[in-house]
Amino acid sequence: MDINDLRSIVTVVGLLCFLAIVAWAYGRSSQKGFDEAANLPFSGDDDHGASSKTTHLR
Amino acid sequence: MSGTQTTYNDKVVRQFAVMTVIWGIVGMLVGVIIAAQLVWPELNFGPWLHFGRLRPLHTNAVIFAFGGCALFATSYWCVQRTSHARLWGGPLIPFTFWGWQLIIVLAAVTLPLGITSGKEYAELEWPIDLLITAVWVSYALVFFGTIAVRKVSHIYVANWFFGAFIIAVALLHIVNSMAMPVNLTKSYSMYSGVQDAMIQWWYGHNAVGFFLTAGFLGMMYYFVPKQAGRPVYSYRLSVVHFWALIFTYMWAGPHHLHYTALPDWTQSVGMVFSLILLAPSWGGMINGIMTLSGAWHKLRDDPVLKFLITSLSFYGMSTFEGPMMSIKTVNALSHYTDWTVGHVHSGALGWVAMVSIGSIYYLLPRLFGKSEMYSTKLVTAHFWVATIGTVLYIASMWIAGVMQGLMWRAVNADGTLAYSFVESVKGSYPFWAIRWLGGVLFLSGMLIMAYNMFKTMAGGKTQDMPVVAPAGHHA
Repeated sequence: MDINDLRSIVTVVGLLCFLAIVAWAYGRSSQKGFDEAANLPFSGDDDHGASSKTTHLR
Repeated sequence: MSGTQTTYNDKVVRQFAVMTVIWGIVGMLVGVIIAAQLVWPELNFGPWLHFGRLRPLHTNAVIFAFGGCALFATSYWCVQRTSHARLWGGPLIPFTFWGWQLIIVLAAVTLPLGITSGKEYAELEWPIDLLITAVWVSYALVFFGTIAVRKVSHIYVANWFFGAFIIAVALLHIVNSMAMPVNLTKSYSMYSGVQDAMIQWWYGHNAVGFFLTAGFLGMMYYFVPKQAGRPVYSYRLSVVHFWALIFTYMWAGPHHLHYTALPDWTQSVGMVFSLILLAPSWGGMINGIMTLSGAWHKLRDDPVLKFLITSLSFYGMSTFEGPMMSIKTVNALSHYTDWTVGHVHSGALGWVAMVSIGSIYYLLPRLFGKSEMYSTKLVTAHFWVATIGTVLYIASMWIAGVMQGLMWRAVNADGTLAYSFVESVKGSYPFWAIRWLGGVLFLSGMLIMAYNMFKTMAGGKTQDMPVVAPAGHHA
């Protein structure tokens, strides 16, 4: 096994890691946390926009 | 959170926001001067004000002084609000401001004197590089320190982009600036030959990818939802957008070295990663623009939103153009021509400057205790002047660039070149004049902004706002 095998492995692991992130991001379990996070810009000051607390569905 | 009222540290945001406008005017003025020097070469006075010395001053001033101050201001504002915490770091905070201003002044003195390490976008000599490192590490400590003391469990996506920008720029700056000093004002790169070129463009392209993209995407993810009054279109997409950008940008640099001594396979890797970059770039653009879905009417009479959304359109356009230009056969035509200059400015004026200007217009009234800018009409005027200026700039450079590329490659039946180089210079003059006009328009927009800013600041209150306790959150 030479250094190039290691390089190939890192590339493949990198891709798998990214695909895992995509699966996690679009998984059902992360919806609630994402909704909370998405509303963070509207909680830090009383400078609310027109329709601040909107739950988004995507 | 009871009893003593903690406030947000808005003083440093105020300082950086005002300097964004000032340095924007300075950097763009130098740009207009060098554009004029190309049309009227008589304007090259003496060695200090020669094109070759003013050009790096222009790029450093607009990227690091104007863009840098905008990034400091917006990231400090955003990280405090979305973390429900005052900036962490005590004396490090004013050090980032005054240190950064000192670096800018040192750049403005040394570059016209011809003190340069000759690396594009990294021209500053080693003592200034050390100061940059000190300021940047302080910036990282302040930013991540504030994230560490946040009162909410989530780290908002804009902070992920700002954080990536801070870490990546530290890495790029330190690796690319490695040099052997000869004396106080001269050093030589630690790398040589093609390795030096590769490291330079690894730095150069990621300066675009992380300084000029990730940081400004952080701005987009905070200020577009704020100004539109609704959360980002898809938080899931923003997470994938972030990681896709992080995984791909680092490998795109070799497209700056097509058809050079760089190994062919490295060029191809750079081209393929540049093509892949289209996906996350457009994902991010769509996410920003679609945040407005259902509220498109706001675009009609809100010039700040006009700036922000137009910037995303230019972002989409230049991130389509970029991958296209990275294709080797296209690059064979476009490289070394004004097409590249046009591409850079569709990103720099259309995307980076416009999203910064929109964000600063959002901040200014809030920083000085006003409900809105002194004149909304002038903001609208600024928007149109800036848009027309950008379009004139990039359209003229497209025409000039393609013309130059075609003239340089044209051969006669016997294989000799059809045109001499100077013929392509002659043909470029009218387009350089149009480009100069576009720059003048963009600069006038910044002057309108400065007038509006000082009028807004006059009699303004600079009281810091109290930190809002998070509702129902358990950190």
